[in-house]
Order: sequence, then structure tokens, then C-alpha cells
Amino acid sequence: MPAAVPLSWYLVLSAVLFSLGVAGFFFRRNIITMFMSIELMLNAVNLSFVAFSFQLKQVSGNIFAFFVMVVAAAEAAVGLAIILTVFKNRATLNVDRIDSMKY
Amino acid sequence: MPGNSLPAAVELVRFLPETILVLLGTLIMVLEAVTGDRPKTFLGHLAAAGLGLAACAAVYAHSSPGEAFSGMLVVDGFTTFFRLLVYAVGILTVLSSCQFLTRERANTGEFYALVVFSVAGQSVMVASHELIMIFIGLEISSIATYVLAGFLRDDPRATESAVKYFLLGSFATAFVLYGIAWIYGATGSTELTAIRAAVDTQAGREGAMLAAVAAALMFVGLGFKVSGAPFQMWAPDVYQGAPSPVSAFLSAGPKAAAFAVFLRVFETAFGSIGPLWEPLFWISALLSMTIGNFAALVQGNVKRMLAYSSIAHAGYILVALTARSEVGTAAVMFYLAAYALMNVGAFALLGHLTRKGERFQKVEDLAGLGSAQPLAAALFSIFLLSLIGVPLTAGFFGKFYIFKAALDSGLVWLTVLGLLNSAVGAYYYLRVLVVMYMREASEEVPPVEALSGGLRAALLACSAGTLALGIFPGPVLDFVNRSATLIR
Amino acid sequence: MTDTVLFYVFALLVLGGGVLTITRKSAVHSAIYLIISLIGVGGLYLLQQAEFLFAVQIILYVGGVMLLFLFVIMLVNLEQAATERQFNKQWWIALACVLAVGAELAYVLYRGAAAFQFARPSETPPAPGMGNTEILAQVLFSEYLLPFEVASVLLLVAVVGSVIMAKKRI
Repeated sequence: MPAAVPLSWYLVLSAVLFSLGVAGFFFRRNIITMFMSIELMLNAVNLSFVAFSFQLKQVSGNIFAFFVMVVAAAEAAVGLAIILTVFKNRATLNVDRIDSMKY
Repeated sequence: MPGNSLPAAVELVRFLPETILVLLGTLIMVLEAVTGDRPKTFLGHLAAAGLGLAACAAVYAHSSPGEAFSGMLVVDGFTTFFRLLVYAVGILTVLSSCQFLTRERANTGEFYALVVFSVAGQSVMVASHELIMIFIGLEISSIATYVLAGFLRDDPRATESAVKYFLLGSFATAFVLYGIAWIYGATGSTELTAIRAAVDTQAGREGAMLAAVAAALMFVGLGFKVSGAPFQMWAPDVYQGAPSPVSAFLSAGPKAAAFAVFLRVFETAFGSIGPLWEPLFWISALLSMTIGNFAALVQGNVKRMLAYSSIAHAGYILVALTARSEVGTAAVMFYLAAYALMNVGAFALLGHLTRKGERFQKVEDLAGLGSAQPLAAALFSIFLLSLIGVPLTAGFFGKFYIFKAALDSGLVWLTVLGLLNSAVGAYYYLRVLVVMYMREASEEVPPVEALSGGLRAALLACSAGTLALGIFPGPVLDFVNRSATLIR
Repeated sequence: MTDTVLFYVFALLVLGGGVLTITRKSAVHSAIYLIISLIGVGGLYLLQQAEFLFAVQIILYVGGVMLLFLFVIMLVNLEQAATERQFNKQWWIALACVLAVGAELAYVLYRGAAAFQFARPSETPPAPGMGNTEILAQVLFSEYLLPFEVASVLLLVAVVGSVIMAKKRI
């Protein structure tokens, strides 16, 4: 296949995006932004799946990416519902202030 | 090409237990809606009966072992063992939560439905032989448990627990997925046997290095799920904040299923690059045991102490995984069964002892229990003694087989450090026993209500199981040894 | 040539959007930049002949998930949140770790990407004239029928779960 863009570029892009997600998860303190960082990580994973799928000329990689999207949607629904409940209870979404159990 | 894509009858039989569970969960939701304001304890009993039926179906499916749905599922002794284990945890959880939920005014069908769905997810996880199926099962189990952890929505501790569990769980999921993506890229497949075949041809070449990175990424993700150090930081807050019956469930069901996935993926798919990933398990086992036990020493809160102790127990199980042998696999399976019984018992009983609103979780609040509630105190003692690993209890044989497997594989140092850790662990469990029997109850703490119905049955079953595994481990051990041979 | 240029454009969207998502102070801005990043990922799907996923990415991710995010951000009190500390005190330690891991991954990929190609290409090359969506549908409903069905259970659980967390009375 005369792929104009080599596989490794996609993979490196995906790795960088994944690391960005991890970084965001670690140094953001707002729960919603932390959750957005997780979405970045999932998209990095999907990018890898699609790149491999294209390279191997199989469609199964596309199917995995599709399942990941389904799961991400389900997680988002439940996660945001939980986040709303926390906000109702505490009126804050800063993880540093959600620590009633440190003793 | 598709042609005949209708599944054969035998394939449906192999998937029967999960089908029953999904139908059961849906049925409970419907009944919850149509019964209006009537008390919902009967839904708990229905859930327990349905889980029992699923267990029968799992035994029936075991009589026709093999693959199903183009290699997605596989039914063998390993599958059957873990299916039965997670169903048992489900039954014990629903039985022991009826009284708790009534006390907290949250006795609704949704709770039981979520437990059943979560068990269905774990059942899919342990029966799958393909990474995408494993992943979907893992997510069903996780999403249901995120909600269960925050089920008492008006309790700030519960919602805090739910949000922490959710954030760290999703973070771990992303790592598992990234690992799966790399495996897919390196081998062109996500079916475990095919992965193994591809990895075998790559031994010593660059492909093996890629597979090793994939294994490391999956290790991070699954390490979070089993709360092995250094990925354990969520466990204390989550177990302490969640309603106690849910903590019981979390520390047994999802953990057992995640360990089953660990065994299947690492022994089957990555078996031939074992030396590359063994150090990860070694380090994680040692860290989990040490952090878990030493942190538990200084806890004044019993629930948090049990949470740290569950980290330590994950460490013992990781020791057996490090052994990378069939003896090790068998030891993991036996220990998980023993651990499920004693830990579900301990957490469920603790939920009862903390009284309304789970306000009394301190060690001192248990003072005088020995004279006030002899039965509850005796049961709690059995669970704690088994967690220590005293002879005649399940915990003793569990630890014995784990360290034996480790010695057989030449892990002398890990065994020595593990045994030292067990000795440290004995201290904090014994402290609870001393307070329970040697101290007088204080005036401010209200008396505990009597154990009733389902909770009593569940606790008696746990303690009977703990003692039975400790005195006659033979039958279970036989089955475990026969099932420890994974399909390669 | 066009491919390469488009790759750079989309990669810039993905990375630029990603960096801004994790560094903007306001949650709404983060969400908007995340949408840009997701659209860039969708463009990369298109470059790799995954038209179906491109459509799903736009409809489900950008149109569904991100909309949900924006709704929730508007339901919670933003003014107060924006005045609080947004970053961890140990952010530079985290950053160093992440950079190290990221660099390591990138290095492994750079060195080992060739090794990824040892996997055999598909035995049955797709019939000519079939689009990406048709092929996907065929495989999804034959080989991957079981995961597809089980995923419906996952969605059921998600619906039940979010209703429980959101409804008035337990």
C-alpha cells in the first residue's frame, strides 16, 4: 500500500494525545476537566485502533473503535450523573475539597 | 463470509447463565415499577433465587465445554469456577443488603437489579476468550458498581466514594484499552489463542518488545481494578464511603473477575514472554502487601482498616501470579474463593454493626460486642481470624498454597517478605478482637439491632464456608487443580 | 501529498485542541477545545478510510457526549469554580512523569513501528465496490454479533444507573 502517511506518525500522534490526557488527569483539579482528559485518552486509543486497522487491512479495528465509542457514551452518561449528585451534596467540584474521609 | 450466522443450540447453552442474569435484571426492574409502594425485600429474594438458577445453568453449561460465538466465549473448568464464585458473591450481597437498605430507607429494586447486572458483566469477563468481550464485560461490571457505590445519594461519603471510583476506574479503563490496541497492532488479533501464536513467533525480536509494552499497559489498567499497589490509592476512600454491603461486593466480585482476566490474559496470551512481565508482578505484590498492612496498622476506622487489608490481600494473590505456574493459578483460585467468603462476611456484618447511617465505624465502637451480641461477635471473630490466616480457617490454606506455589517457583525472597507481612497483619485484626471481647461498651453508643432473616443466613453461609474450606479443603482444591490448566 | 498536508492540519487540530483542553481555566473553554480536538480525530479517521467512524465520531461524540458535558457544566456553578485553584501543587512532578512516559512510548513506536507489520493482513480482502460501512455491518453482525448484543446490556445499565443517580426519590 502506498500509504502517504506512515503508520508510525499516527501512532506517535496517538501516544502524544494519550500522554496529554494522562497529564491533564493528574494536574487538573476540576472533576469535569479530569473527565475530559479521560475522553482525550479514549480518543487516542481509537486513533491507534483505526491506524492499525488501516495498516492490517482488517475492519475489526474499526469495530473495536466503535465499541469504545459506545462505552465512552455510556460512561459519560453515568459519570456526569454522578458528578451532578456530588455537586448537589457539596457545592464544589474541586477534588482537593472532596475529602471527608481522611483520618 | 457470513452465510450461516445463526448460533447453534450448544452455543446458546454455553451463554445461558449470562442470558438468565440479564433477563433477571430486567424482570426486577419491571417488578419494581409495577409493585408501587410495597416493601421490596421480596425482590432481593428473587434476585438471590435467580442468581442461584444462573449458577445451576453454569454447572449445566460445564457439561458441554468448548467455544461459542466464533471464539468469543469459552466454557471450561476455569470459567465455571469463576462464574460460580461471582454468582455466590452476588447471592451473599443481595441477601445481606436487605436489612441494611431497609434501615437506610433505600430498599428498592434498582439496587438488586444493578447487583445482578454487575454480576452478569463479571460473568462475561471470566467466560470471554477475546479482549473486546472482556472489555465490554468489564465495563458492564464497572458502570453498575460506580452507581452502587453512590447508591445512598444523600450521604456525602457515598457520592464521594462513587465519584472517586468512577474517575479512577475510567482512567484505568483507558489504560486497558490502550494495551488492547497495541496488542491488536502487534499481533493483528484480539483472540487470546491467536495472540499467543503470534507472540510465540516473535520471541526475542522487536515484536516481543511491543507485546511487552502492551502487557505493561494492561497491567496498569488491571492493577487499578484489583487495587494492587502502586495503583491502590482509590481503594480506602471508595470502600470506606460506599454502603457496607456494596464494599463487600466491590472487594470480592469485581476483584475476582479482574484476577481471572489477569490469569487468562497473562498466562494464555503473554505466556511466552513471561520473564519480561514477571518483575512488574513481583514489585506490585511486594508494594501491595507492605503498603496495605502498614497503613492498616494505624487506622482507627474499622471499615478503612478492612479496605487497606484488602490491598494487602491483593498483594498475596499477586505473589501467586508471580509464580507463573499451574500451582500458582490454582492457589489464586482457591485464595479468591476463601477471600470472597471471609471478606464479604466481614464487610456485611460491619455494615450491620455501624448502626443507622453508618455512624459508628471506629474500633472503639465495637467495645462490649462480645457480651451484647454473642452471635455477631463470634461470626466477626471467625472472619477476622480467617483474614489473619489462623489454621482451621480458609485463610490459612489460602496463604499456605500461595506461598507454596511461590517457593516452588523459586521466589524465596518474596515468600519471606510475604510471611513477615502476614505477621504484621495479624496485629490489627487482633486489636479489633481484643476491643470486642475485653472492653466494656460505652454509654453514648446505641445498641445494635438483632441480626435478621437474609443477613443472618448470608453470614452463617460465609462463616460455614470459611470453616469448611479451612477444615476440608479437598474437594475445592481438587476442582481448582483440575481447572488450572488454561487453554493455550 | 494531499494526504500529508491534511494529516498535518488534522494533527494540529488534535494536539492544539488537546493542549488547550487541559490548560484552559474555564471548563466551557476546555469543552470547546475538546470538541475541536475530537473533530480533528474524526478527520484522521476520514484520511484512513473509516467513513463510518467519522460519522459516528461527529454524531455521537461531538453531537452527543460533548453536548452532555456542556449541559452539565452549565448546571454547576462555574463562577465559583473558576476562582479556585485549577492545578495540582505537584503539577510539575506529574508533568515530568508524563513527559518521560510519553517520550518512552514515542521512542518505542519510532523504533518498533516496523515490527507492527508482521501481522498477517486479512485473509479475505473486502469485495471491491463495497463501502466501509457495508463491510463493517457485515462483520459486526456475523463475527462480532455477541459483543454487539452484550453492548446493548451495557447501554441498559448506563440508562438505569444515570436515572437512579438523577431521580428525585430513591
